[in-house]
Amino acid sequence: MNTPPTPEGQVSDAAPDLKGPASARLLPNTRFGGPIPWVIAILIALVVIAAAGGLSLRNLADNARADLSDAVTVQIIEADPEIRSQQAQLAADTLADNPLVTSVRVVPEAELAELLEPWLGAAAASEDVPIPALIDIELSRRASTEEITQLQDALSSVVEGAKVDAQSEWLRPVYDALAALQYLALALIALVGFATAAAVWLAARSAFSNHRDTVEVIHLLGGTDKQITRIFQRAVLRDAAFGSIIGVVLGLGAVWLLGQQFAALDSGMVGGGGLDWVDWLVIAAIPVGGVLLALITGRITIGFALRSML
Amino acid sequence: MSDRPSEIVKFDNVGLRYGTDPEVLSDLSFTLFPGSFYFLTGASGAGKTSLLKLLYLAQRPSRGSIRMFGKDMITLPRTRLPDFRRRLGVVFQDFRLVEHLSAFDNVALPLRLSGTDEARVIKAVSDMLEWVGLSHRAQAIPATMSGGEQQRVAIARAVIARPQMLIADEPTGNVDPDMALKLLRLFEALNNRVGTTVIVATHDVHLLKKVPDSLIMRLQKGRLSDPTGALRYPPRPSVKAGDRT
Repeated sequence: MNTPPTPEGQVSDAAPDLKGPASARLLPNTRFGGPIPWVIAILIALVVIAAAGGLSLRNLADNARADLSDAVTVQIIEADPEIRSQQAQLAADTLADNPLVTSVRVVPEAELAELLEPWLGAAAASEDVPIPALIDIELSRRASTEEITQLQDALSSVVEGAKVDAQSEWLRPVYDALAALQYLALALIALVGFATAAAVWLAARSAFSNHRDTVEVIHLLGGTDKQITRIFQRAVLRDAAFGSIIGVVLGLGAVWLLGQQFAALDSGMVGGGGLDWVDWLVIAAIPVGGVLLALITGRITIGFALRSML
Repeated sequence: MSDRPSEIVKFDNVGLRYGTDPEVLSDLSFTLFPGSFYFLTGASGAGKTSLLKLLYLAQRPSRGSIRMFGKDMITLPRTRLPDFRRRLGVVFQDFRLVEHLSAFDNVALPLRLSGTDEARVIKAVSDMLEWVGLSHRAQAIPATMSGGEQQRVAIARAVIARPQMLIADEPTGNVDPDMALKLLRLFEALNNRVGTTVIVATHDVHLLKKVPDSLIMRLQKGRLSDPTGALRYPPRPSVKAGDRT
């Protein structure tokens, strides 16, 4: 028998990354696991919806806070219209000297009557019903609780019975509820991320178990852990990318539908919950994050499985 | 001592047990030298496959020391084992072909794992398949091939990267006598012309006399007997396998 033919030149002892279609065939083309891409798609869709909801709530709260947090209303409660008017002017003068205050406007009685007319009818314009004087104050920035108290004290020293209402305080329960919903969205994203990692972990273990014979042969022929991990990572990447793309499309579709529904409400507050370009960038990063999470999970899972072999 | 060839394998008091079972190999101490042709014989269950597993680095021993290619295999980190496995060619008893890969891709595996460029892979594998008479079956998957064809694919895969040591476990077990002789000549050519150290495990005593310059290692109930003195250095020239049988 002739000498067996051998490759021209020296066969390398290196263990390079396996590339090209030939290496892709090292695992059967059954992919990573039938339902896994679809599970990833559903999980990514949930994350997109939760993230869009959370970001929208944050924007809504920020816009409402920006509108109200630097405004204060002062009430002067006095039955005598003449004294009330004098006290209102005195309070306005006192407030105007405060460095925190940028503008002071005593709300005209006619404007107050117009505001109250839907509830009080013609009596709103009558002097029979005493209506407090209102002073709208714009502050240079959002005032702390202590600063509001200082304003109150300064007013009380010149106008007895003057009452300062920080408008942001009225909406504190609403802000708290919005904050709770944002935390809920974050918790949901964390849980779904955990579920994604668990699904990939199970699928990677199952794939490794199914292809254990092939892995052993590759090992015995001199394949390294890194080479084998890369083979599995390709499968993870393919399935996670497929699932993420489907998931982000489903999620964005749901967000668009919800957006249309809320836009139809034509409410000023809801209008403040729109997403800006930074928010869209965050949402666009979700499938990328999903793929990275799947790759890292797959790599760790296969790495541990390989370490159990010689 | 200056003319003594450097050993390729050295076992010292090696024992192997699986789990808590009794030892399947006990007190193995021997040396294998480069360029030699060894037969490993013994009855079924004598421990031939277990010994080969130690040789092709699929198993670590329960005790004793093993040096291969001048390195201690016991303390070698598992991450460095691939470097040494690449120096070996193995023909497994059950072939262990990758079922979903074609004959071509199976034979190409060792070259692709070592990063050989694809043009050289195609040339080398085509030549190798022609050498084992399987050019016409290059794209066949193992399930569609006969036992003899699978065996030749396994042999082609084992020798394609020009290993320093070829280990074959019952390579003639599934083929007719003519094919068995042909395969043996193939190993002999590799040994004589390329200098590969060859270890063939077989329970077929008729094969032993077919390779005149071979040396015999005989396993009995997990222990190595050395009737020919082949494992001592220097081996007694009068007890080559071809002379004994």
